[in-house]
Amino acid sequence: MSIGHTLLGLLESGPRHGYDLKRAFDEKFGQDRPLHYGQVYSTMSRLLKNGLVAVDGIEAGEGPERKRYAITDAGITDVQQWLATPEKPEPYLQSTLYIKVVLALLTHRDAGDILDTQRSEHLRMMRILTDRKRKGDLADQLICDHALFHLEADLRWLELTAARLDKLALAVTSR
Amino acid sequence: MTGPMTAPPGSLLVASRLRKAYGPTNALDGAEFSIHPGEVVAVMGPSGSGKSTLLHCLAGIVPPDSGSITYNGREMAGMSDAQRSQLRRTEFGFVFQFGQLVPELTCVENVALPLRLNGSSRKEAERTALSWMERLEVDDLRGKRPGEVSGGQGQRVAVARALVTGPRVLFADEPTGALDSLNGERVMELLTEAARSTNAAVVLVTHEARVAAYSDREIVVRDGKSRDMERVI
Repeated sequence: MSIGHTLLGLLESGPRHGYDLKRAFDEKFGQDRPLHYGQVYSTMSRLLKNGLVAVDGIEAGEGPERKRYAITDAGITDVQQWLATPEKPEPYLQSTLYIKVVLALLTHRDAGDILDTQRSEHLRMMRILTDRKRKGDLADQLICDHALFHLEADLRWLELTAARLDKLALAVTSR
Repeated sequence: MTGPMTAPPGSLLVASRLRKAYGPTNALDGAEFSIHPGEVVAVMGPSGSGKSTLLHCLAGIVPPDSGSITYNGREMAGMSDAQRSQLRRTEFGFVFQFGQLVPELTCVENVALPLRLNGSSRKEAERTALSWMERLEVDDLRGKRPGEVSGGQGQRVAVARALVTGPRVLFADEPTGALDSLNGERVMELLTEAARSTNAAVVLVTHEARVAAYSDREIVVRDGKSRDMERVI
């Protein structure tokens, strides 16, 4: 995820303090991983240096001074370019689970056991997400669905592999 | 695969060492199962693994060749056909993938049908049917025939019909298999909510992980053998 672009995008609706930006980010996108303040301030100083944001005002208080940031025209162009660029699809060609299955077959362990245990672990996570989806609002449902579809894809691979374990065993041991 | 197990205390439906062959094919080869009231258990496994045969045996539709099935402490093999039919009509509910509704009847008549067969008056049966249709959010379809409603709506009507007698076990065999994701999930949400609210146990046969995610735990059937993942881990 590009934190810089996300914070820039959030600034498009109006100038904000770093603290407000962090709160908006956590609320909309943070899910289980909120931003650290350090990340916000280091990102904002980089955006400032690159001319993508400008300081819109400074409030002096008892603590450190609070800067209010505004997005610049260059910043808006940058967000626009980022949104228009497709994300690179993950090729998912490195899979620890695949490695475990092959190693189990090579060492004559029960590869089916590994797949069963993994299915159970995936389902456990899918239950948590399904429950959260059931109780959540539409935004929560969408983010959980995204995760659920990825887990489901893993499980489809897992079922296909389970069905082809005998063939895979022959293939890996005859190499 | 697990060996014969002792059912956990309080189990409502327990199967042990089930075997069932169709000709040379062993559909079940020592399968085990148990479920508590109010629990939703997903039965997963590839096509042809024996999961539907397990459901049919558990529901008393097909007798196993050997092994035991006890419902509420009673051995099913010891019951007469009439007693098993009675059990299916009053204690069990069923939802399948397709074609369960009687096309000539309206939706409310379909839902009321099990109550009518058990001897309830039409008025009383349809009143109860309608309250279940409300819970499944299909009460506005009361006067429509199954051919006039969508697949998702029809499946919710079928769930209402399965629950209308207040069954203690609901058997659902690929209940969302013919539906798209959104409709399938809504059916699962309503089905599990309704079952939990009445403390009914649900035996949910599915090959879809997203559907199984509505369960409390899963067992995996492969080559007629079952594996209870909760007990393994």
